[in-house]
Amino acid sequence: MAIISRGFRGRAREGGGKLPPGQYLTDDFPVLSAGPTPRVDTDRWEFTVETESGQAHRWSWAELLALPYETPTVDIHCVTKWSKLGTTWRGVSLDVLLEDVESAADYALVHSYGGYTTNLPLEDLLDGKAWIAYRYEGEEITPAHGGPARLLVPHLYFWKSAKWVRGIRLLDEDWPGFWETAGYHDYGDPWREQRYQDD
Amino acid sequence: MRRLAWRVAELTAIREETPTARTLVLRVPGWPGHLAGQHVDVRLTAEDGYSTQRSYSLAGPSDGEHVELTVQRVPGGEVSPYLTEVMEVGDQVELRGPVGGWFVWEPAAKTPVLLVAGGAGVVPLMAMIRARRTAGSRAPFRLVYSLRDPGQAYYADELRHPDPGLDVTRVYTRTAPDGFARRPGRLTAADLAGSGRPPEYEPDCYVCGPTGFVEKAAELLVSLGHEPGRIRTERFGPTGG
Repeated sequence: MAIISRGFRGRAREGGGKLPPGQYLTDDFPVLSAGPTPRVDTDRWEFTVETESGQAHRWSWAELLALPYETPTVDIHCVTKWSKLGTTWRGVSLDVLLEDVESAADYALVHSYGGYTTNLPLEDLLDGKAWIAYRYEGEEITPAHGGPARLLVPHLYFWKSAKWVRGIRLLDEDWPGFWETAGYHDYGDPWREQRYQDD
Repeated sequence: MRRLAWRVAELTAIREETPTARTLVLRVPGWPGHLAGQHVDVRLTAEDGYSTQRSYSLAGPSDGEHVELTVQRVPGGEVSPYLTEVMEVGDQVELRGPVGGWFVWEPAAKTPVLLVAGGAGVVPLMAMIRARRTAGSRAPFRLVYSLRDPGQAYYADELRHPDPGLDVTRVYTRTAPDGFARRPGRLTAADLAGSGRPPEYEPDCYVCGPTGFVEKAAELLVSLGHEPGRIRTERFGPTGG
């Protein structure tokens, strides 16, 4: 039984079923990150997929942009409680990037310029659920929001959508990333409110 | 690690910091303790069962079953007007935490520390300053506190006479007090380079404030030669990010 906070009324109930538990709507696009924003020159940018056997696949910026893209419109949910509905991105599906990668791995460790990491089961990157995004609402993604390219995995809390993405290591075992070793949930499903470890 | 449980928190005291911000002292039976820099989730439930959550930084170090939050009223906000205007001593909210294992200061650390606060972002940094005092730490601390005008200062009395080994630099962006040497204006590299703690000292840097401020301050620190890996940031704002 929840404690009633005397005199608290709250705002009009919002979101129409699109808001996971404990989240509220924002029209802003807040920023959450742990350190300075890395500035990544697209001339030097590359994206790498490394398999559990050590085989590496690389894409330059020009090669990424030459791949078929999608323009998903998705709701995003930050563990700090804001949600933003109907955001539109342009990016390359991980299905495309992983198409010719031979792997039997079950897990992925995503790493970024600047040293950030986050982990997730490989299957959460497949079947149209994840993109390497390079445009947001028709514009280039600004560095503060993870540009030039970020991972977009909207069905998980947004810290899994690593900014400044640089590569993915495919692993046989789960390897916790940055926030996952700092007390946050290993999987992070907003609809099950998996914010912190063991939620 | 156990799941973070929701606990009942009762308001036991209020301190007004500015006309739009107050510190809430809450008693939380069973509170497990925390590190300076960590935050908590607060859950409010209305009589009709509607509930909502927000995150707030802890303003002081671990003190038995008492925790302190400093809350800035956000015009038009859903939760902060309740916490800063409606809530009275004896009222209850739910709280869980502590949360966050990155933007923290360990009392045993001896490394010099550079704290950079923008407005309400001073809250978790004040927790570090207080934790240093509580622990009797001699780690050199420097706080650079950027604020719009003197009326916006949190913890004004406490920071007027800083602890030994704590250097406080104020940066007023809009209006400075009479006779204040520095002209009002945004934070610059010179403010951060200021009195000592150059990058060669390799201080641990903690930056907290609104997103624009944090972006700028972190960029200035990097340009001054601070190692990006030693700069920890926390964004603070009406939207909780």
